Amino acid sequence: MVSSEPLVRVTDLSFAYDRRPVLSGINMAIPRGSVVAIMGGSGCGKTTTLRLIGGQLRPTSGQVRVAGQAVHDLDQDGLYALRRRMGMLFQFGALFTDMSVFDNVAFQIREHTDLPEEAIADLVLMKLNAVGLRGARHLMPSELSGGMARRVALARAIALDPMLMMYDEPFAGLDPISLGVVGQLIRRLNDALGASSIIVTHDIQESLQIVDYIYFLSEGRVVAEGTPAQIRASTDPWVHQFVWAEPDGPVPFHYPADTYRDVMLGPAHA
Amino acid sequence: MPRRILTGVRALGRRVDDAIWRLGFAARFLLMILLYSGTALRRFGLTVRQIYFSGVLSLIIILVSGLFVGMVLGLQGYDTLQRYGSEESLGVLVALSLVRELGPVVAGLLFASRAGSAITAEIGLMKATEQLSAMEMMAVNPLARVVAPRFWAGVISMPLLAAMFSAMGVFGGYLVGVMLIGVDEGSFWSQMQSSVDVREDILNGVIKSFVFGVAISLIAVFEGYDAEPTAEGVSGATTRTVVISSLAILGLDFILTAFMFRGT
Repeated sequence: MVSSEPLVRVTDLSFAYDRRPVLSGINMAIPRGSVVAIMGGSGCGKTTTLRLIGGQLRPTSGQVRVAGQAVHDLDQDGLYALRRRMGMLFQFGALFTDMSVFDNVAFQIREHTDLPEEAIADLVLMKLNAVGLRGARHLMPSELSGGMARRVALARAIALDPMLMMYDEPFAGLDPISLGVVGQLIRRLNDALGASSIIVTHDIQESLQIVDYIYFLSEGRVVAEGTPAQIRASTDPWVHQFVWAEPDGPVPFHYPADTYRDVMLGPAHA
Repeated sequence: MPRRILTGVRALGRRVDDAIWRLGFAARFLLMILLYSGTALRRFGLTVRQIYFSGVLSLIIILVSGLFVGMVLGLQGYDTLQRYGSEESLGVLVALSLVRELGPVVAGLLFASRAGSAITAEIGLMKATEQLSAMEMMAVNPLARVVAPRFWAGVISMPLLAAMFSAMGVFGGYLVGVMLIGVDEGSFWSQMQSSVDVREDILNGVIKSFVFGVAISLIAVFEGYDAEPTAEGVSGATTRTVVISSLAILGLDFILTAFMFRGT
């Protein structure tokens, strides 16, 4: 929203696993400084979109531009240079289980800079303080609760002050308090770092409170989009079903199946 | 009936085809590891840490097994040699069996099941819990940071472990032969010294253990990196590491022995 050119622009993006289409013709824009949510039911292609933006997967067609660079035209060095300016929070944190909390957060700084240990310690403690876990720096990942692990992973993702933060299901499996804490952290860190954020989630209520814009995906397409206010007021049956968590609607309760008649009596009687 | 045979042949063909593809992938993987070995060698601390996990922590099982294998060799060797009245050659028999064959082979089998399986399980679980993806997203290449140090640690550890296995075995043979049965100590050591050749016996044994080290380490890191990121996937990969490594050790041992000792 600061500059006219969005930080991330996704154009006509399609992707298929083997020959099974996952995404078909997605268009999105993530303006600088904003927090944007990609929402939708399980298996609709949300996480795949995130992996395409991070360059972990190659699209079958279409383009992703991050900070003006076409992600999939970059060679490995170029991609790694771009990823140093990205942070990603994985669904269950993906902390390195053989390292302490401190070493996890210090990992990227040690790998990519030549800073002396004292400076690294200061940086790591600042990041851990930002997520409220400075006191937990000596713990191992196995000693952390799910919410704490998520916050440590968040501190690790922001270690090098990224311009783009990506969150893969940051609220999954958290208790209501941790959920609120992580939600507020995402918003606060985004604004403090001057970064832009993409959240992939299906937690509609938490997202409506913290994001600037929402894209709804279903079966690999963007079916609705808008600001939280527009989404709340939307009369679109799909959005309505999702926001109010109705079991049946445009998204059917039943997995596609033959009719009862076919199953009970055999196809000859259909 | 012919259809059943056809299905069977087709399934067999598919398995062979898969195996050849995997062999190709493993060969390419080895090249990639060598290409990205800069970090593992430049920041040698990373490799030393892995040498501790796969080498130092395997010491107990290697030393204890070596001792028992040597003691058994002492008993069996004495039993056979005394029939020909040449029990003084016990030292030669124990030492040659160990440095030429049993040291590299048994240490290799133990190393594959103790350290190889652990490496596969660790890398497989890192993949299943997205730690490798996280590393990639942090612009750190997992091949350089995770795989290469573990590979080199195995390659370095294996000859050292085999040497220690052999040394411990010789000591075991000495305990049984000299201390227990009463073979003459002087001829035990002096015959061993005059008959064991540095190049023909010891160096060839070291070459064997080095080759086994490369094979086991490659199989272990490849299976881990290639594992399906699920519980069954990791357990299957761990099993494959032990089975394939063991077969590879025995197969390679035959080939190497055929080349090394053909004229002697």
